[in-house]
Amino acid sequence: MDAESLLLSLELAAGSGLGLSPDRRAALLTSLQLVKRDYRYDRVLFWGRILGIVADYYIAQGLSEDQLAPRKTLYSLNCIEWSLLPPATEERATQMAMVKGRFMGDPSHEYEHTEFQKMTAEDDVVVQVKEETRLVSVIDQIDKAVAIIPRGALFKTPFGPVHVNRTFEGLPLSEARKLSSYFHFREPVGLKNKTLLEKADLDPSLDFLDSLEHDIPKGSWSIQMERGNSLVVLRSLLWPGFTFFHTPRTRNHGYIYVGTGSWSIQMERGNSLVVLRSLLWPGFTFFHTPRTRNHGYIYVGTGEKNMDLPFML
Amino acid sequence: MEDSTTLKQEKENQQLAEAVQPWEEETAASPQDLGPESFGPWEVEWAPDPGPRPRSSRARTPEPVGPVAEQAASSSPPSPQKPLSTLARQDLGALRQLDRITNGTLDAGTPLSDPPGQSTDARESAPPSQSGQDTSALTQQPDPSSKPSKPQELRPGSAQEEAWSSHQNRDQPGPKASEAAPSTLEIAVQNAKVYLLRASSKTGLNLYDHLSNMLTKILDERPENAIDFIETISQDVKMAHFSKKLDTLQNENEMLPTYEMAERQKALFLQGHLEGADQELEDEIAESSLPNVVESAFYFEQAGVGLGTDETYRIFLALKQLTDTHPVQRCRFWGKILGLEMNYIVAEVEFREGEDEEVEEEDATEAEERDNGESEVDKDEEDELPKSFYKPPQAIPKEESRTGANKYVYFVCNEPGRPWVKLPSVSPAQIVTARNIKKFFTGRLDAPIISYPPFPGNESNYLRAQIARISAGTHVSPLGFYQFGEEEGEEEEEVESGRDSFEENPDFEGIQVLDLVESLSNWVHHVQHILPQGRCTWFNPIAKNEEEEEEDEEKEEPDYIEQEVGPPLLTPISEDLEIQNIPAWTTRLSSSLIPQYGTAVLQSNLWPGAYAFCTGKKFENFYIGWGHKYSVDNYTPPVPPPVYQEYPSGPEIIEMDDPSVEEEQAFKAAQEAAELAPEDNEETGEGEDDADN
Repeated sequence: MDAESLLLSLELAAGSGLGLSPDRRAALLTSLQLVKRDYRYDRVLFWGRILGIVADYYIAQGLSEDQLAPRKTLYSLNCIEWSLLPPATEERATQMAMVKGRFMGDPSHEYEHTEFQKMTAEDDVVVQVKEETRLVSVIDQIDKAVAIIPRGALFKTPFGPVHVNRTFEGLPLSEARKLSSYFHFREPVGLKNKTLLEKADLDPSLDFLDSLEHDIPKGSWSIQMERGNSLVVLRSLLWPGFTFFHTPRTRNHGYIYVGTGSWSIQMERGNSLVVLRSLLWPGFTFFHTPRTRNHGYIYVGTGEKNMDLPFML
Repeated sequence: MEDSTTLKQEKENQQLAEAVQPWEEETAASPQDLGPESFGPWEVEWAPDPGPRPRSSRARTPEPVGPVAEQAASSSPPSPQKPLSTLARQDLGALRQLDRITNGTLDAGTPLSDPPGQSTDARESAPPSQSGQDTSALTQQPDPSSKPSKPQELRPGSAQEEAWSSHQNRDQPGPKASEAAPSTLEIAVQNAKVYLLRASSKTGLNLYDHLSNMLTKILDERPENAIDFIETISQDVKMAHFSKKLDTLQNENEMLPTYEMAERQKALFLQGHLEGADQELEDEIAESSLPNVVESAFYFEQAGVGLGTDETYRIFLALKQLTDTHPVQRCRFWGKILGLEMNYIVAEVEFREGEDEEVEEEDATEAEERDNGESEVDKDEEDELPKSFYKPPQAIPKEESRTGANKYVYFVCNEPGRPWVKLPSVSPAQIVTARNIKKFFTGRLDAPIISYPPFPGNESNYLRAQIARISAGTHVSPLGFYQFGEEEGEEEEEVESGRDSFEENPDFEGIQVLDLVESLSNWVHHVQHILPQGRCTWFNPIAKNEEEEEEDEEKEEPDYIEQEVGPPLLTPISEDLEIQNIPAWTTRLSSSLIPQYGTAVLQSNLWPGAYAFCTGKKFENFYIGWGHKYSVDNYTPPVPPPVYQEYPSGPEIIEMDDPSVEEEQAFKAAQEAAELAPEDNEETGEGEDDADN
């Protein structure tokens, strides 16, 4: 959520119980302004907080004028003194996949895990990982997976950089209920793979990101021919409940998905507030007030991904 | 050639004169009037017959604008400039000439057909001063039957020419320029305006109106740095044309849900006092049953937990509504459980004496169970085929209301203002199953729970089971706030799990907040532990088996089941089990800066979202979250039940071989030997046969 409209955003996101105590709130309002000045950011987002056992990490992100440029991430334990985090790398992310359990709340805390080396069959190597690096990779993963914006809140300028759309007036009510009107707030991944026909309907200045409706992870599929080769059925194994059927040599085809994605959309406060909560990263809340410019997201959680999603839907 | 050029000049001048006049009269305030109607003169002009023709809805773009622009362009270099006085004279004959031309061309019937593409190419490539060549092509009459596609093609060219001409005009030095400047400039301006006012053949909009609307919008709204997003403003203005017009037949109902919810919530604020009752008495009732939600929300806010201010207050009002409409002894705001479509707001309620509304449903379930039992018993042994020996395991009965896991009644609603729904009481089977599954709540109480192992009930039962588990695990109070009741404790001695009732300690003096933060042993559970059996008090399933034992004597005696025992009531939370090196509880001080006014905040790591605060004297518990337990490892579904083994191959399974010939012969010999001895066996044999039949 934007540092400038922090108070309103916190009030709107409060429905999930993600509050900030008054002293933290006041401290943030003070210190984020200074962060913006000292680091010369164009925008500062209060990204959220990661709950540790001993203490919590408060996370802020600084954005340059190009909204999609790599973001700088800062963390703080007391909401006053901020320290910059190193950028995330792929290598670290694979290392972090081994580490389980809660964050401690101490950046210098070291996790140990044994790594089995194939080269030397003698003994396992004990790898020590700092909690700070784990924090980096978790924030990066969450950002890539679930950071989102409503359609139209950003627009791509003719020169390439992505700017905040100042004429954005919020999604209309009819659109606010659709997953397709929310985009991932990161470099598009699936957009390049779209066909020309799909791209034809897109508005190049607005639809330059991946929308959430394609959020189903590419999993393994089971293909079966049924009814004496007159029907092809594809079933997703990763997302039980998704079935695609097609009758060869006719135009009949379609699919049905019984279940929800990894998002929960709700209209709250008498339809005057849309709230999306991530099920994959519990603790991540995005809100948008239709027909106004208020939107933002915040993460308050333990920094752990929900791996049990297929069972829980 | 000459003839055509003069004609062209005349025509153009005449048009200009005609076209300029109306626009000079028009004010900029009403640009809409310059719609298709303003092309009236040209349409008449270019019509094959000057009679009245039906005006097409689509605005015809006037063709000669392009050439006009060229004319202006070519005149700015030292080509002989016509004085304006000649324009007027030529205007007089223009119409007549026009008629002659049109008639002539129509009579001839062979209009010059020039492919539009070629003409434009030629015109663009030709320098403007030598534009005679292509203007001849342009003077041809448009075939009235042909589509007016040419003007569109000419448009870019003419625009370029205009730009060029105006540029020339500005750069021209010398006195000649000053003489010609007003006229050419004027003409150029007019030409530009004509061009801007052309309506698009597709949408009917024109650029002039669009720009003026854009500027109006910008000047009205005064955004900062408007130049940075002029494109989107333009887009918005265009979009506004397609905005939905209100249909007079039907009202717009897009906002209906919003209004509906506002209406419901308005009722919360309009709750009047119960009239007729004594004011003081009523106040007493209200104070005793309604919790102080706002106060505890304030302390939770210090801790950084809880809902927004306005939502809290609405829930407060909704709780007031609940206590006013039900015979409530004590009420508490339990928390909020998030769902996929809607959330649940949960209120914990203790009814006053003489409530039970649950009798009916309990009876129904018991009746069902009885029916099942009877149906099995009723089957007389008509057939000698073996029946199934399998008997379902002993159903463990529910605990009575007001005891154990059913001590409190829970009401839920999706949003403050919506009606409260009472959750059914929980059965041990549901709790046991709920421990094995992990499901998201949808927000609809009647949604089915599809899971393995099968869950006995729908979402309302699952919700109730989760509430029972969370309450049993996370409801804590500071040490000494509650104490065991004197008289009831003695009655409960037969139950070894400890006394299950407590009362507030009137002499509780409070605990230092810092002590609460530093030591977990200052917090105690005040809700009974739920045993693995799914109940708080032990139920011996073997006791009921005695009646059945007579029937199946072959069945092995079930082993004596060890009684399950959990931690007794008011156990400190420091003895809670760890979750793989993670402590079960985390304590904090709400404000590290001002510790003397801080509150102690306790959060559960086993049930993320469960919090408690204590200010020394006051304390409260609160849950907000998805309603799931924390586990370090991922959820694994329970293993399938063991496969039943088949019968072992014993003497009752294995058959003998068929009797061989030798055996039968030996048997026959033995029979014959036996027949010699008795004589009167034929009659008896017949008699036996009759009996068999």
